[in-house]
Amino acid sequence: MSPILGIIASSKAAAAGDYESIATVTVGSGGSATVSFTSIPATYAHLQVRMIGRSTNAGANITTGQITVNSTTSTNMAYHRISGDGSSATAYALADTSSWDDLLLLPQDGTTASIYSAAILDILDYANTNKNKTLRLLGGVDLNGSGRLVFGSGLVNSTTAISSITFATASTYKQYSHFALYGIKSA
Amino acid sequence: MAVTYEPLATTTLGSAAASVTFSSISGSYTDLVLVVNARSSRTAVSTAPINITFNSDTGSNYSNTFLFGNGSTTGSSRGTNANNIYTGDMSSSASSYAGFANLLLSINNYSNTTTYKTTIARCNSANAFAEAVCGLWRSTSAINSITITEGSTNNWVADSTFTLYGIKAE
Repeated sequence: MSPILGIIASSKAAAAGDYESIATVTVGSGGSATVSFTSIPATYAHLQVRMIGRSTNAGANITTGQITVNSTTSTNMAYHRISGDGSSATAYALADTSSWDDLLLLPQDGTTASIYSAAILDILDYANTNKNKTLRLLGGVDLNGSGRLVFGSGLVNSTTAISSITFATASTYKQYSHFALYGIKSA
Repeated sequence: MAVTYEPLATTTLGSAAASVTFSSISGSYTDLVLVVNARSSRTAVSTAPINITFNSDTGSNYSNTFLFGNGSTTGSSRGTNANNIYTGDMSSSASSYAGFANLLLSINNYSNTTTYKTTIARCNSANAFAEAVCGLWRSTSAINSITITEGSTNNWVADSTFTLYGIKAE
């Protein structure tokens, strides 16, 4: 029995095989404007995406990636988050939007080479067609003297099962950015 | 689909210890997750830092940015050119609460030799803080050992538990 702590709210003791790798994307040398997981099977209870990332944008600050599900262009998404930049904590929320666009942090390419952000994204009951879907994301980037982290919650105001997740960014994801999708089973 | 999220090692303290080390960590996983339930023996202050180093590196190659709430305020702070990654504050023996504190630390892509290593942690002590911490180790070396140190030069008390998991992407 392997306790899958911190992933599911109940922190139940899960049987071996409850946590499975579904798909992985490693960005190649040309970079990539988007990273997508499609045809996600509905056979799990929850999804988790674990990533590291960096933007090819030439700035020397921190930028963001945009997350959408089911390729939607509808403004049926919303999010709120608390963020810390090493000096103060701030809160922000946005409703009636078509992506979660201020949760996923990425260092720009003018920052110290080799620094990548990290994030963990959870979508519980993603395949349930009776519920609207809620995302949780914890991620950040530290640049040794500056940095930012975000703890956020997102809503897609739809009961449609989530079958695809897309990560976009204004520039491209830099080589070696890595996104891994996992499925968590229920009993 | 490949089954993953495997326990790699667990340490349960039978007596107090200043640090716990997981060594000879296999490079065959994608991410590591460290789960800690611990309490400090510190008696002067009701919390104590929990600090992480990798590969026995004690140089000033670490930094962090963190976010906290302490029951009355929220805030954010950072450490720069540090000798470890501060990952939060744990409860101590000075606390009127008897509880242990929790740390859940993820190290994504810990074994790649191209990028510096970024950590993401959630830490909570019942008596003082809820925190989220982003840490950085400025090294492209694959992580093969992790040391978890009580940061006030006291000890982790008996029954503190430390478990390391490996997650492998396919």
